[in-house]
Amino acid sequence: MPWRNRSGFGEQIAQLSRWRWGEMLFWALALMAILFFENRYLLLTEIAWLALFVLSLDLILGYAGIVSLGHAAFFGVGAYTAGLLALHHIVDEPVLALFVAGFSAMAVGFVTSFLVMRGADLTRLMVTLGIALLLRELANRFSDITGGFDGLQGIVMEPVLGLFAFDIFGKTSFIYCLSVLFVLFLLARRIVHSPFGLSLRAIRNNPLRASAIGIPVNRRLVAIYTIAAFYAGVAGALSTQSSALASLDVFSFDRSADLLLVLVIGGTGYLYGGLIGALVFKLLHDVLSSWTPQYWQFWIGLVLVMLVLIGRERMYRWVMWGPERIGRALRARGMAKEKSP
Amino acid sequence: MTAALEINGLVKRFGGVTATRDLSLTVAQGARHALIGPNGAGKTTVVNLLAGMLRPDAGRILLRGRDITVLPAHARVRAGLSRTFQINQLFADLTPLETICLAVSERRGEGLRWWQSLLPDPAAADEVEQLLRRFRLADVMNVPTSHLPYGKQRLLEIALAIAAYPKVLLLDEPAAGVPESERHDILAAVAALPRDVSVLLIEHDMNLVFSFADRISVLVGGALYAEGTPDEIARDPRVRAVYLGEPADA
Repeated sequence: MPWRNRSGFGEQIAQLSRWRWGEMLFWALALMAILFFENRYLLLTEIAWLALFVLSLDLILGYAGIVSLGHAAFFGVGAYTAGLLALHHIVDEPVLALFVAGFSAMAVGFVTSFLVMRGADLTRLMVTLGIALLLRELANRFSDITGGFDGLQGIVMEPVLGLFAFDIFGKTSFIYCLSVLFVLFLLARRIVHSPFGLSLRAIRNNPLRASAIGIPVNRRLVAIYTIAAFYAGVAGALSTQSSALASLDVFSFDRSADLLLVLVIGGTGYLYGGLIGALVFKLLHDVLSSWTPQYWQFWIGLVLVMLVLIGRERMYRWVMWGPERIGRALRARGMAKEKSP
Repeated sequence: MTAALEINGLVKRFGGVTATRDLSLTVAQGARHALIGPNGAGKTTVVNLLAGMLRPDAGRILLRGRDITVLPAHARVRAGLSRTFQINQLFADLTPLETICLAVSERRGEGLRWWQSLLPDPAAADEVEQLLRRFRLADVMNVPTSHLPYGKQRLLEIALAIAAYPKVLLLDEPAAGVPESERHDILAAVAALPRDVSVLLIEHDMNLVFSFADRISVLVGGALYAEGTPDEIARDPRVRAVYLGEPADA
């Protein structure tokens, strides 16, 4: 915590989790989107819940090294839970329903995590994929509950916290999604900079050594997988609540695969990858599909190939060149001021 | 006094090959015990059995009188047994600062605290500092481990094991592959290990073994071949024959 007074080495350790000014800028820009893009709330809302969904994958893939091709399973559980709760008026208040949906996905995540722990990367891909397919078929089979291919229809959302009604422009829904994203992002940031988060990074790097310094590897992986399932469930619930719709494709393989793609675009293991990836992916999708509706995926593919060829670090340097020069100039001026009393 | 580490009739087979044959060994409290043997004698298998990376087919392992034979690796560390690796097993993306913070926070049992920042306790920060300074890592503490020179990585390897506050430390060829110029730091670090830590050193380098150990066990073909003080081992004609490659009647 930056405000706690720590000396010398403690300061060095605290430095590891300090807020960077780039992060604050990022969230300031996100807030400003509320004011400046009034006619794009629908798109922005989708970006917000997708960002949360990708953040969830980043927690297990970027931090703990668990690959998954079936993360849509938890998204789907969250989406249907939120849909059913609202449709049958079991839990009408959206935030409460959000928690219930998140915890349902969390429960599924906890139970299936033990399957995922059995085996290495390729096995994990197959197991996660299998779990998502299974859930999709279950949702299909019990179509009297889930609505089958037509999905859940006729969902009417009550006001958030009983105060903010969902409007047709999607302003409430965007602010709602963005707030949830921000709160859960703060939580994720706390987690990855904690001793627990550091142990996950160690496990991703070298599970053998992690166990040789006393880390119970599998238990830690179960824990983060369960937490990530909660995040994915909340993302699914947000998508249902903001669109008043849930259909079978919440479980689809495409969704899981796109998710990996988005995370790769944004970059793994620094939390913002998911958010930036979601933003870039959705904006590209929006621009490209209005320009060439049938072939937009070709261009997404091209972007991905370029990204791999050029390298993310280099792109990051290009983007950050301007801001860093400004930052350095400001710092230099600050130091000059301190010297001259 | 209970021995720091006691091994009774340990057996490990890989398919038809017996890598460890009915091995019994006692490491006394505070001992500097070396385990030597020619290539393929099964030294690393013994380390893996002791540290819990492998399960023995028979036999028992007692750590200060407590049976740890079936404990998983991480639980053995918590019971007071830690190890280094012959080939560096480090966290490539983490810096030495992060690595040591992690080891210290795990030892303090804070590993599951997802809600708190890293080592907010000043005493713990001091400890991290001391470890980094003692192992000459303070100057590179913010460099990712994968960018460190090999000798520094080797030091981190040992520092990481020490950070767990072990009662028994298994050093698996600590100086392996270290260039001559960086060797001194490693040897100094090994020599400076606190006396309350009992050490089992697995080593190839005879100079290191004879300068460090107060007791030596010789492993041949997975079985204990000879055991004694460095003098006894140096004079033992059978050891010279098998291990030092001299005929027994020389």
